[in-house]
Amino acid sequence: MLALSDEQLQFRDSLQRLLRADYSFERRREIANSTLGWSRETWRQLAELGVLALALPEAHGGFGGGAMDTLVVMEECGRSLLLEPYLPTVVLGAGLIARVGSSTQCAAILPAVGAGERQLAFAHYEPAARYALDVVATDARRDGESWVVTGAKTYVLNGIAADQLIVSARTPKGLTLFMIDRTTPGVQLRDYPMYDSQRAADLRLDAVRVGAAAQLGEEGAAAAPIAATIDAAIAAVCAEAVGAMTVLLEATGAYLKTRKQFGVPIGSFQVLQHRMADMLLETEAARSMALLASSRLGTAGTAERRRIVSAAKVRVSEAARFVGQQAVQLHGGIGVTDELAVSHYFRRLTMIEMAFGDVDYHLEAVGRHLFE
Amino acid sequence: MELEFAPQDEVFRAEVRDFVRARLPLGLRHKMLAGERLGKEDYLVWHRILHEQGWVAPNWPKAFGGCEWSAVRQHIFEEECALAGAPGILPFGIRMVAPVIMKFGSASQQQHFLPRILSGEDWWCQGYSEPGAGSDLASLKMRAERRGDHYLVNGQKTWTTLAQYADWIFCLVRTASAGKPQEGISFLLIDMKTRGVSVRPIIMLDGEHEINEVWFEDAMVPAENLVGEEGKGWTYAKFLLGHERTGNAGVGHCRRWLAELKALAQRQRGNDGRALADDTRFRDRIARLEIDLMTLEVMNVRVLALEEQRHAPGPEASMLKIMGSELQQALTETTMHALGHAAAPFPQAATGRYFNFRKASIYAGSNEIQRNIITRHLLGL
Repeated sequence: MLALSDEQLQFRDSLQRLLRADYSFERRREIANSTLGWSRETWRQLAELGVLALALPEAHGGFGGGAMDTLVVMEECGRSLLLEPYLPTVVLGAGLIARVGSSTQCAAILPAVGAGERQLAFAHYEPAARYALDVVATDARRDGESWVVTGAKTYVLNGIAADQLIVSARTPKGLTLFMIDRTTPGVQLRDYPMYDSQRAADLRLDAVRVGAAAQLGEEGAAAAPIAATIDAAIAAVCAEAVGAMTVLLEATGAYLKTRKQFGVPIGSFQVLQHRMADMLLETEAARSMALLASSRLGTAGTAERRRIVSAAKVRVSEAARFVGQQAVQLHGGIGVTDELAVSHYFRRLTMIEMAFGDVDYHLEAVGRHLFE
Repeated sequence: MELEFAPQDEVFRAEVRDFVRARLPLGLRHKMLAGERLGKEDYLVWHRILHEQGWVAPNWPKAFGGCEWSAVRQHIFEEECALAGAPGILPFGIRMVAPVIMKFGSASQQQHFLPRILSGEDWWCQGYSEPGAGSDLASLKMRAERRGDHYLVNGQKTWTTLAQYADWIFCLVRTASAGKPQEGISFLLIDMKTRGVSVRPIIMLDGEHEINEVWFEDAMVPAENLVGEEGKGWTYAKFLLGHERTGNAGVGHCRRWLAELKALAQRQRGNDGRALADDTRFRDRIARLEIDLMTLEVMNVRVLALEEQRHAPGPEASMLKIMGSELQQALTETTMHALGHAAAPFPQAATGRYFNFRKASIYAGSNEIQRNIITRHLLGL
């Protein structure tokens, strides 16, 4: 029920082999410093291995995998601190299109995503919304056969590299999705690196005119697929966090065995041993909730899915904060340097804590349904 | 419940649920749900009902009259009993001394003791801790000197749960003082009616009598009551501890207590006159408990799966012990706080339970000792 299948384990092994061979921490540092901020070569390798097509529908060149397959991929993304935009392109972008796209739209985009030839971004959050999913001021109105979209978005992961931006906007009928080419006149992106070396952008849409074919899914009916897609992304970053925490645990354990002070390895001090024991407990608690979220993503009803995913985000975020902070603390001075991989894992975990809603936001979501 | 087990295990769950619903005496159920203290007869009534059904020894092999259930089924059984408000099967006989007698005891010990444990005829208690030997159990001092066909026993055990009801006590005793402390320890079965054995109550912080001191003054114990070999008691004790740790998660109890807390928060008025359940600060506290319970349930399932693979409990059980006891304590604490001033007047079941459950992070290997086990066996430090 929570266990991975033999196929999933095999797949994980081949992905691990690839990343171990070609995605060392030094390589990652070079990639992070490049103009693009991620590697097209690595992206091509991921496509060749079938990683990108794994969770896409079979009808559109995918392998028809589910959330547990995504969990396997994301955990490895976390282990290697992958910079490549798997989450924005595959989980968010392709996830939305697979959920609500017409067969024409799916056929035009999804096989290209699976082949590594297409980049996507989901432009949903707005500066005034904080984490709320239903606060959308971006406006779309009909003008003849076209739509004209105006508004501002923030935290658009992979925005600058995306071929298509999926934009949420309000029409008179309600929340609606549009697929907009990045090069359309009126689209302005301000790209920035984040503390985890990943890229995001702020987006301005100045009366961006797109054809009727840009509409993705039914007009006014986007709230449910957006929530489902964000939940899938949350389950995915929970798995990613577990991968990153596992590495921090290994690195910190190894450091405690070799670093000597007062003439003995510092791992012989009980105060540090118990801290490590707590880090393991937190990591395993997080792993449990990441497994629960991914295993129930496709089978639970909407309310149940929301409850489980929010619970997982709370538990994983708290574990990520504890394990990240303590990994830095137990490494001492070297822990706060850019040189050591540990600080980079801590940075990614910290960004995950805030991604798609922080502890308070999701605790409120769990609390809201407690007495139903 | 967050997770379902295999279909045949869920069929088993339904069978257990129906049985408990049909056979658990109402008075006993009400006592449990009200958080009242159970007496000896309360435990024994349920023990006999389970014995009649053949379900009193979930962990025993069939050859000895047990159920030989898988780790998952044992968990389901305990969970359903706890949810329905049935008392737990006391572990001292069924889960603790019996596996040791089965594995290391003589044929005559097995023939004599095991059926009496099964029927409930003998009530057992555990003689491990001493005033000077808690977490450092191997420093225990209670002496057993061999004198021909018996041992002369002197010393004191403490924190002995429900010794006031016990017919027998299994003890770790020192039979030699040379060499490493662990090497001079033996495992001895002692009849509580033996001359020189006395029980003195220890009143706990909740005002209740649950634990005791047991004193031994020149008590004569037949040599045939030695289990296995002299000096091997530490090995047997470690074997027993392995059996004890799993099952400390207490998922069933936590689920019932959380449901009770939610119901209480809906009945109880908050400071603004609305229900306490509508107070967002208090609601957050309950939400955290709900999340911790979900986590515990999944952890439990994962550890059970490992246990079934290996056919033995592993060091991961220490994680369950810590998480389970911490959640039990957080639940009792929050339930007490839900009552407000009404928590103060003595006696009050919720407040008593809060105080009583401070024991959970101390017994069965304190949570600090569990962290030592995790450090050594899971982290290799």
